[in-house]
Amino acid sequence: MIFSKTLLRKPSVLPGFDLALGLTLMYLTLIVLVPLSATFLKTFTMTWPAFWEAVASPRVVASYKLTFGASLAAAVVNAVFGLLVAWVLVRYEFFGKRIVDALVDLPFALPTAVAGITLTGLYAGNGWIGQYLEPLGLKVAFTPIGVFVAMTFIGLPFVVRTVQPVLEDLAAELEEASATLGASRLQTFTKVILPILTPALLTGFALAFARALGEYGSIIFIAGNMPMVSEITPLLIITKLEQYDYQGATAIAVVMLMMSFVMLLAINALQAWTRQRQGK
Amino acid sequence: MSQSPPNVSASRTEPAWVRRLLIGIALVFLALFLFIPLVSVFFEAFKKGWEVYVASISEPDALSAIVLTLTAAVIAVPLNLVFGVSAAWAIAKFDFRGKSVLLTLIDLPFSVSPVIAGLVYVLVFGLQGWWGEWLRDHDLKVIFAVPGIVLATIFVTFPFIARELIPLMQAQGQEQEEAARVLGASGWQTFFKVTLPNVKWALLYGVILCNARAMGEFGAVSVVSGHIRGQTNTLPLHIEILYNEYQFAASFAVASILASLALVTLVLKFIVERQVRQELAQVKDVGVPA
Repeated sequence: MIFSKTLLRKPSVLPGFDLALGLTLMYLTLIVLVPLSATFLKTFTMTWPAFWEAVASPRVVASYKLTFGASLAAAVVNAVFGLLVAWVLVRYEFFGKRIVDALVDLPFALPTAVAGITLTGLYAGNGWIGQYLEPLGLKVAFTPIGVFVAMTFIGLPFVVRTVQPVLEDLAAELEEASATLGASRLQTFTKVILPILTPALLTGFALAFARALGEYGSIIFIAGNMPMVSEITPLLIITKLEQYDYQGATAIAVVMLMMSFVMLLAINALQAWTRQRQGK
Repeated sequence: MSQSPPNVSASRTEPAWVRRLLIGIALVFLALFLFIPLVSVFFEAFKKGWEVYVASISEPDALSAIVLTLTAAVIAVPLNLVFGVSAAWAIAKFDFRGKSVLLTLIDLPFSVSPVIAGLVYVLVFGLQGWWGEWLRDHDLKVIFAVPGIVLATIFVTFPFIARELIPLMQAQGQEQEEAARVLGASGWQTFFKVTLPNVKWALLYGVILCNARAMGEFGAVSVVSGHIRGQTNTLPLHIEILYNEYQFAASFAVASILASLALVTLVLKFIVERQVRQELAQVKDVGVPA
């Protein structure tokens, strides 16, 4: 009874509020909140210099740079190509379109370890794709470029799936009016269509970026994992854990969590903006 | 997503060569990142022939990995289902303080790195953790054992079902349930005979996505598993071990099981997605008063 008396804004004839909210809060607290708070409580037991030593040593900083930079590059590529794929899927007809559309979700459905070993096999020096890149002096597997390739793969569906519905709902009158008023097709795209798509595009970009920041499974196979060069931050957490350095691992985890929270807030704001633009 | 070709006027489309060029670039991009990897999994899996393939997926360690993967999914998915339904019931059917905070918190596991999802349980249940000594004294094992794997799986799949149900149930409103109550139905009758049939496809959709992630999770499970062959190895972890031992054909053979599962997931998703859209469209057609 406690929730319906304190939290409910208006009484309802429907039953079950106390039970449903009680169950939800209990499960959320036990599975997510209490364990997550353990990371923060653990770092509170560290002295400030020890914390700083753990999160700002050169090897850790190098991993932030790689993780951040590769995630950003992958999200940019996904924004450009995701917009293109969404456009092609919504606007044009071609053979096999439905299958292509369904396959876009493959990175969501394919386990990351499978993606990892597959991409490594393809982009290694003797792989299907790597054998053509290596003579050009482009090494992908076991370099930072490999990290970028894996991040691009796992982030691929986000932009397509956020832009697609907005593009489908786009009112035809806008483009027709723009054409009637003498705009070229390119002008219509850049000045009419693109501004409408921007919030959805940015949301997809932020989702792909956030996913790439935390990604582990698909990357560790292709990265080569050389300290200072191709070592991502999540891997460093695992390395520290294997050395029984629980404090060091937790300190890095707290830095990553803070970044995730910032991204979560940014994504929430962008989604609100998208809904507002669509007038929903 | 696959409507009939829109009757596009000339002012809304591009010259044929631009269309072909854009389709071409998009398909090359998707081929490089989706089609070729997918094909190569099966190619590598069968590279050394049927016998090696069958042997790799039927050896005892592989079988025990399959059993453990299924076990984790069979526990994690129903728990997240019960949670998803009760969260959606509370959020969609009632107006209460703190709802938006609750919504954000439910999404939280999606933005946490899987590695951290594993780490948090090590901090709570590991030997150095809060309950580590208590568990040891009572001869219980969570970390480097099956319960840890199940917990990590629950964490990473936590939001899937809730976030499919919440928007749909919010759009459906509560008029139908209120009518059922007025006509004398009990709370559970209302839920099972009115609410559940209205959201069954969205529910199934969430279960499909949740299950795919539960069976494929790697990072979180890797942290808590301890990689004990035949005991705490799930399929994705088994793939890693084989790969690191340079048993590539065997590794890809096991990977092809999970890749097939992914394909089945995509097909089911494709079918169920349409039904979910119809569920949503019905809401709009009937015109539930705003």
